Amino acid sequence: MKTSVLVFPGSNREGDVAQAIELITGRKSNMVWHGDGDFEKTDLIVIPGGFSYGDYLRCGAMAAQSPVMTEVKKRAAQGVPVLAICNGFQIAAEAGLLPGVLMRNENLKFVCADVHLKVETSQSLFTNRYQAGQVIKVPVAHAEGNYFADTETLKRIEDRGQVAFRYCAPDGTVDGTGNPNGSIRNIAGVFNETKTVLGLMPHPENAVEPMFGGTDGKALFEGIVDALS
Amino acid sequence: MTIATEKNPPVKLPNEPAITPKIVADHGLAPDEYERLLKIMGRTPTMVELGIFSAMWSEHCSYKSSKVWLKKLPTQAPWVIQGPGENAGVIDIGDGQAAIFKMESHNHPSYIEPYQGAATGVGGILRDVFTMGARPVANLNALRFGDPSHPKTRHLVSGVVAGIGGYGNCMGIPTVGGETNFHAAYNGNILVNAMTVGIAPADRIFYAAAAGVGNPLVYVGSKTGRDGIHGATMASTEFSEDSEEKRPTVQVGDPFVEKLLLEACLELMATDAIVAIQDMGAAGLTSSSFEMAAKGGLGVVVELDKVPMREQGMNPYELMLSESQERMLIVLKPGREDLARKIFEKWELDFSIIGRLTDTERMVLTWHGKVVGNIPIPPLVTEAPVYERPWTLTPLPAVLEASQVPTPRDWNASLISLMGCPDLASKAWIWHQYDHLIMGNTAIRPQDGDAALVRVPSIVTGAVHKGLAMTSDCTPRYVQAHPETGGRQAVAEAWRNITATGARPLAVTDNMNFGNPQKPEIMGQFAGAIMGMAEACKALDFPVVSGNVSLYNETEGRPILPTPTIGAVGVIDDIAKAVGSRLTQGGLAIVLVGETRGWLGQSLYLREICGREDGAPPPVDLAAERRNGDFIRSEIDARRIAACHDLSDGGLLVALAEMCIAGGTGVEIALPPTSVPSHAFLYGEDQARYVIATGTLDEVLDAAKGAGVPAVLLGYSGGVSLTVKGLVSLELDDIKAAHEAWLPTYMDAAE
Repeated sequence: MKTSVLVFPGSNREGDVAQAIELITGRKSNMVWHGDGDFEKTDLIVIPGGFSYGDYLRCGAMAAQSPVMTEVKKRAAQGVPVLAICNGFQIAAEAGLLPGVLMRNENLKFVCADVHLKVETSQSLFTNRYQAGQVIKVPVAHAEGNYFADTETLKRIEDRGQVAFRYCAPDGTVDGTGNPNGSIRNIAGVFNETKTVLGLMPHPENAVEPMFGGTDGKALFEGIVDALS
Repeated sequence: MTIATEKNPPVKLPNEPAITPKIVADHGLAPDEYERLLKIMGRTPTMVELGIFSAMWSEHCSYKSSKVWLKKLPTQAPWVIQGPGENAGVIDIGDGQAAIFKMESHNHPSYIEPYQGAATGVGGILRDVFTMGARPVANLNALRFGDPSHPKTRHLVSGVVAGIGGYGNCMGIPTVGGETNFHAAYNGNILVNAMTVGIAPADRIFYAAAAGVGNPLVYVGSKTGRDGIHGATMASTEFSEDSEEKRPTVQVGDPFVEKLLLEACLELMATDAIVAIQDMGAAGLTSSSFEMAAKGGLGVVVELDKVPMREQGMNPYELMLSESQERMLIVLKPGREDLARKIFEKWELDFSIIGRLTDTERMVLTWHGKVVGNIPIPPLVTEAPVYERPWTLTPLPAVLEASQVPTPRDWNASLISLMGCPDLASKAWIWHQYDHLIMGNTAIRPQDGDAALVRVPSIVTGAVHKGLAMTSDCTPRYVQAHPETGGRQAVAEAWRNITATGARPLAVTDNMNFGNPQKPEIMGQFAGAIMGMAEACKALDFPVVSGNVSLYNETEGRPILPTPTIGAVGVIDDIAKAVGSRLTQGGLAIVLVGETRGWLGQSLYLREICGREDGAPPPVDLAAERRNGDFIRSEIDARRIAACHDLSDGGLLVALAEMCIAGGTGVEIALPPTSVPSHAFLYGEDQARYVIATGTLDEVLDAAKGAGVPAVLLGYSGGVSLTVKGLVSLELDDIKAAHEAWLPTYMDAAE
């Protein structure tokens, strides 16, 4: 599996995700600079976490206008899978690749903590190694992860099974107790209509080794490898 | 390049005021210091020259009151690559890798403007580390705030924590450890001590000493603005009522630019273009250019009009004294200018050749072709004032016997109350605002162990990984009671905390925070703390490789508690063998290691439960520290210890409670046969002690006996409550609730 990881000025979790992918696939990722609108053919595009352009103007807003994102949109339309994590999710939402927006956390504070997620579906190339309803533990680290969409959009994405993960209690109850940022309907991650683009606030790349945050995030990358090879 | 001849006397700029005694005094120069300046210059200085002397001779930059004492600290060991005197200390951690680290204070700015003060403190210490060629891998911070009931405390906590998080999170460096205390003595002067640890190839360390006459001097990073002018001078005086008017002397940070600067510098460092590099920290362009030239025994010409400026109308004085953030000064090899320029342009940073090195040993400043400053470099360093200020040692207070301290009326309530007191309560509200997981190498998170532990990235995937253990420690109430004991204790506790993870303690960075050194009793605190630290560092082979001094932490004559914060780093060769302090399984034997005499003087029990702050602090037996610590480390290496916690604030019972609630497993223990009264046994703060959980009791006890280390079985882990036979019986959930509630409740309370 050939992976391209985008790098914007201010990206800072590109190394984490490249490290996780290398651990699982044994292959190094191609790091793509934001100005490079014509990067090599790839099986998976990752938009990593960080503070692209210092989060100035609005998180992800400036990165969404970069030359590389024009190309990403084109390839996503052709069906190339895109995994957008944290700031990557904000960028993908700003670029119109995913429904909804990410607002300031409800308590206005940055939060770094392990959270529990309920896997909503195993029917996607990103989640095929999980069971629907399974609870996984992965960390979040963000100040603007408060997912919001209007009622109409929410109905549409929920009806079409576009919600990938919801924040939950350790026992899987989705009642707001495990929600770290105020996201509407406890949504932690969403797909595009074709489920080839996944955006999520939590960091599965920081949960791939037993001693360093656990291994609950590993199946996400293994699932992608399965689906793409 | 047009340069006025260096012999030319400087020209006065339009509107430049005459130098009056008032202007001299406003620059913080004492009359005899100004006499010294006149002797060196042989004439009246221009404003920019006066400003340069003022900054370079400030306490902050010159260490004039502390220098004679700092020399007493041991700084050598076979693994030390660079001791004090550079931007940060460097130690060899094996496999061709070096750890580069330092702790630095940003106390005065953080009180005046907590968010920016703390943020730029983090930015400054990060630059000190990456300017030497290291990629930063961890941040820590030691914070001291005033009484929680003081009207400013909540606002200061909130701003400082947000500032540290705002900067470190954006930089993508995990903030993995630290400490936070509260005491009324910090009401008018909080302490914000930030530490950064980085990793570099041991043969690719970059230094500040300039070399090569004619080599270009290059300015990179942010543009220079009017912020932070005279920050170093401000940080070298006491606070008074009008201190808040000094807000404009606080710098404003931009972590996004610093992230770009980090990546650009590391990219340039991978080439062979750099001769020397120095960040612009306190006193900005002045101290960076001065230090580079002085260390290289050279002169420098700086064309100030070439400095990238943030606004129009700036003058040489402002350019030399601005403390605008995220700037670096580099001496390049000849012919490498284009290569370097391309890298900085890629990262969208300013790049400007602002001068060149000369052999004149003078700093010549030009402004549109005219010389505006011309200062001889060596005398400014060699003739700098050094004070042997009078000092009076604090006498050792009378020892407080356990029999003089009442037992708790209600044992359960006493533990609940200690676990929820401001100094011991969980600081999760703070560290959840810091990204402590980025980089994917954090093995021991905050609150899960005595020291933070991060994996050292190795070049070979799948190889055994080393771990870097890091901690910051000081018990200011001990230092206040008896500075020598307090200095010894701070070093010993840092050494113990590293040891408790299984790592070998290697070296120390010290951040000396004290009051006004012109008072003999304050200077005596400083002297005493240094004597104690020096003794402990020698006995434990724990050299000081970097540090920082912050004096004048006083407001209207009221000083802070003397606070020599010790930042320490250690290495474990195989990170898979490291242990934390969480108790996660039942059936393990709980063993107390070290001698318990029941020392209650200056204990938290005494302060929080009995409302007294008196007695002598616990003595530190450095031979016992070493013996007990070496035993713990060898048992961890032999994989016979499942969890380990050193005993410090609150003693044995608090340590057990912390282990239980962190791992969700209870304990049932009984006091061993002892002549020590129960409250002194359980709450005493005797040093050189650890509590461990082990599945191989007999082997551990045998080994302890063989090593001459006191070790006694207390009981076993299991269940969901903490029980001390006949004294304490508490559900973990109740302890946890008290422990976790205090800080969030306090921070959420309406003003």
